[in-house]
Amino acid sequence: MEKDTKAFQRIYTKLFQLTKATVSLQASGIGNEELAIVDGRLAQVVKIMGDIVTLQVFAGTEGIANDAEVIFTGKAPTLKVGEDLAGRFFNAYGEPIEGGEIMGEEREIGGPSVNPVRRMQPSEFIATGIAGIDLNNALVTGQKIPFFADPDQPYNQVMANVALRAQADKIILGGVGLTNDDYLYFKRVFDDAGALDRIVGFINTTENPPVERLLVPDMALSAAEYFAAEKGQKVLVLLTDLTLYADALSIVSNRMDQIPSKDSMPGSLYSDLARLYEKAVQFPDGGSITIIAVTTLSSGDITHAIPDNTGYITEGQLFLRKDSDIGKVIVDPFRSLSRLKQLVIGKRTREDHPQVMNAAVRLYADAANAKTKLENGFDLTDYDERTLDFARAYSEKLLAIDVNIEVEAMLDTAYELFGKHFSPVEVGLKQEFVEKYWKKK
Amino acid sequence: MNTIGKVTGIIANLVIVETQDRVAQNEICFIKHDNTRLMAEVIKIMGQKVYTQVFESTRGLKVGSEVEFAGHMLEVTLGPGLLSKNFDGLQNDLDKMTGVFLKRGEYTDPLEKDKEFEFEPLVKEGDTVIAGGWLGEVKENWIGHKIMVPFGFKGEFTVKSITKKGSYTMNETMAVLVDKDGKEHKVSMVQKWPVKVPIKAYKEKPRPFKVLETGVRVFDTLNPMAEGGTGFIPGPFGSGKTVLQHALSKQAEADLVIIAACGERANEVVEIFTEFPELDDPRTGRKLMERTTIIANTSNMPVAAREASVYTAMTIAEYYRAMGLKVLLLADSTSRWAQALREMSNRMEELPGPDGFPMDLPAIISNFYSRAGYVYLNNGETGSITFIGTVSPAGGNLKEPVTESTKKAARCFYALSQQRADSKRYPAIDPIESYSKYLEYPEIIEYLNKQNGENWTKNVWFVKDALLRSKEVYEQINILGDDGVPLDYHITYWKGEVVDFVISQQDAFDKIDQRSGFVRQRYMLENVVEVLKSNYKFDSFEEVNPYFKKLINQYKQMNYSEFESEEFKKNEKELEIIIQERKVA
Repeated sequence: MEKDTKAFQRIYTKLFQLTKATVSLQASGIGNEELAIVDGRLAQVVKIMGDIVTLQVFAGTEGIANDAEVIFTGKAPTLKVGEDLAGRFFNAYGEPIEGGEIMGEEREIGGPSVNPVRRMQPSEFIATGIAGIDLNNALVTGQKIPFFADPDQPYNQVMANVALRAQADKIILGGVGLTNDDYLYFKRVFDDAGALDRIVGFINTTENPPVERLLVPDMALSAAEYFAAEKGQKVLVLLTDLTLYADALSIVSNRMDQIPSKDSMPGSLYSDLARLYEKAVQFPDGGSITIIAVTTLSSGDITHAIPDNTGYITEGQLFLRKDSDIGKVIVDPFRSLSRLKQLVIGKRTREDHPQVMNAAVRLYADAANAKTKLENGFDLTDYDERTLDFARAYSEKLLAIDVNIEVEAMLDTAYELFGKHFSPVEVGLKQEFVEKYWKKK
Repeated sequence: MNTIGKVTGIIANLVIVETQDRVAQNEICFIKHDNTRLMAEVIKIMGQKVYTQVFESTRGLKVGSEVEFAGHMLEVTLGPGLLSKNFDGLQNDLDKMTGVFLKRGEYTDPLEKDKEFEFEPLVKEGDTVIAGGWLGEVKENWIGHKIMVPFGFKGEFTVKSITKKGSYTMNETMAVLVDKDGKEHKVSMVQKWPVKVPIKAYKEKPRPFKVLETGVRVFDTLNPMAEGGTGFIPGPFGSGKTVLQHALSKQAEADLVIIAACGERANEVVEIFTEFPELDDPRTGRKLMERTTIIANTSNMPVAAREASVYTAMTIAEYYRAMGLKVLLLADSTSRWAQALREMSNRMEELPGPDGFPMDLPAIISNFYSRAGYVYLNNGETGSITFIGTVSPAGGNLKEPVTESTKKAARCFYALSQQRADSKRYPAIDPIESYSKYLEYPEIIEYLNKQNGENWTKNVWFVKDALLRSKEVYEQINILGDDGVPLDYHITYWKGEVVDFVISQQDAFDKIDQRSGFVRQRYMLENVVEVLKSNYKFDSFEEVNPYFKKLINQYKQMNYSEFESEEFKKNEKELEIIIQERKVA
């Protein structure tokens, strides 16, 4: 962090209270949420009572003495925005990780919300090539959607693939408590794909202090707003992992002696997460911010406060699951949901898309029932047997995350599987689609 | 001279102000910051320390900033032109705000003060009037918007003068009233009213005795909503709360609809902004937007204004009710409002109640619900506010404070079930868990039987029982296996499924099926009851499933075809053929 002190800045050296995350001192003329440097570490004003100012020190207060130097900067956290951001990686404070300077205009992060009447309804389909997403849970620009995944699932890989195929003008990676390995993975994947010039990264790794993480999503979204609102670009923001963001919030709230609500999370968790996710927007002039995030679960529990609040905020969620029948990770067609898919499927994609999607998922559900029957020791009918065969092929050829084909090809594949295992009556598509697309043998 | 104070403390949006002078609980004040004034509300007074919640971000605010108290509580401006507007929680007209991003401290006029309205007097000089009395009428879209004696006027007044028929702007004097002490009061088309105080300009609030048609079968047939009634829809995320609310706002037989989007997704509000101006209102032939007002405090807008947004919406609803109109008020979601209360209570370091919510949460919720209702106005006319709120229970668990408090206050309970949503049975309202207390009101039963035929309520209870029995035998079949139970069990199960698929379920995205009037609902209910009462012959349980699937599929074709059309009749004939295949005397 830059620590150049200007002549008129007052320096304080008398801290009268220190906790693990905060320091308090006597000071005047200080603005709420203003940044300060405490013993060389970045801190932010979180409470002012008369002339007592409480600062949250992002990197923690280990080793800070009660005579440490405190310099107030007179401004809230900012980011320098400009074309210069592209192709570079930054730390939580918006400083280039590999050193050097950024040319650009200084902006406060965590700025105001878009006036709802100035938003446009999202309507542009984002093709990812992954059928579990494009076919069953189509994504739309301006949407916000998380992966709900257990920590051992390959969500970062899937997200990197989605990002590279999504034809976004900019991809902004907000790494919140990313392991160093995953950070290097993202970097390599983007580099290999020759996409580095479209990437901007804000990275807090597990090696950095947890409270610093709180800055990362705001940094990433401020950069996104610059490219989307001012440059009219399609921006895709990847935030991984927001569970760690919520954990950092609970640390701070705990240190501030706030009464926790469900699952030891601060009572403001919903608002805190919504403030980030609602930055997803479709602007009238074509620019958009789409947010794909990760919420890691503890052994699939979605009733925990973090996934629960997230689910109420986001426009759907994507679940990954290992399908033991084919030994691959698939996008779970039952639990995944894209709330905005209705805006594009059958409209921006082929007319029969909604029907084919529903029919395939219904048959897959029949297979699940047949499986339960089998497990309970009941006899299977011929139809049951055929649904099981269908389910295996459907998983392999469409749901698996390694699939990479166009939507048209996904639909044709679905007809191929329908034709192989069922009669048109069993599938129940509209007659005109059967005539048009069902391959005659 | 207004009271002046100074900021002495800041914790997020809780700002502590010190003053020596008079302040009132819930009074509004403005905090000067740079070149803007940030609006705040007094929530606690401790000696000279006044705790305020600021309706904006407090970033950069410093102690010592000057605060000016307004001398009144949070108010809304009531007058012609509120319909088809998009307001924020504090009644700022969102369309008048400049720029793409909301600016802190920007407050806009909710009405068009220069617009002219055609005024027609309804009283003459010398008439005696009281608060809420109709002095005149102006045209607002298609409704006759009443210009009323301000609700705060106490006692009787004599009309000294009333403006002649003609075009006027809203701030011109429309009438001069004289009170019993001979003092004159000028009345314009506009008045202000504090949002947390109910408008009581009516004579009597009877028990609801009419049913509000919504076109949604699981409401109208199975769990009817009374006109002037209250209900709530709890449901986990992804269970279809929003689609259902949108269906209600599009179809309900109300004169106007007020939607409080309270702490929910901005894109959902955008959907209303985009679609409603395009959709036709079948009742008036105009656009749906013309009968709709939206109060939008989306989840990323300032938290303190969230609480204000539901009160703003309710006050506007009460204003139109006093004109003798049928108002439907929807609030999505009241849980976000409760969370806003919790955040503030927490910052004030109050002792928390269950789950950290304030102790008085149940009281706040039931007070709010009690503002709905059917009323007889002082002039004998009637008006109503039907209120339906959604609740977003944490973790989908209905045993949490907001759901439990609301259950005590609301008369109808529409439980959205995750399980039904997962199996794509929409609307995912659990037909067994849900209830409408109104279905037990003798006056409602009488009303329904008069409107829909004398057997209506009997039939409703009959199909409800069929659903319950079906669920019970389903559990038995699951335990004992398909061939471990008598054949009858399968038939009972499938009869319940007929009710579920044909009446409970409805396709909100299908042009025909999305809206089903009472005439059609009566026809279908009678048809289904007859099918349920008949006996069917099967040789083995394996025949039951495909037969009823075929039957249900045929019913669905009927639901998808226009009522009494050729296609409908054709489908009905085919249904009859299917019934005759197995029916025995």
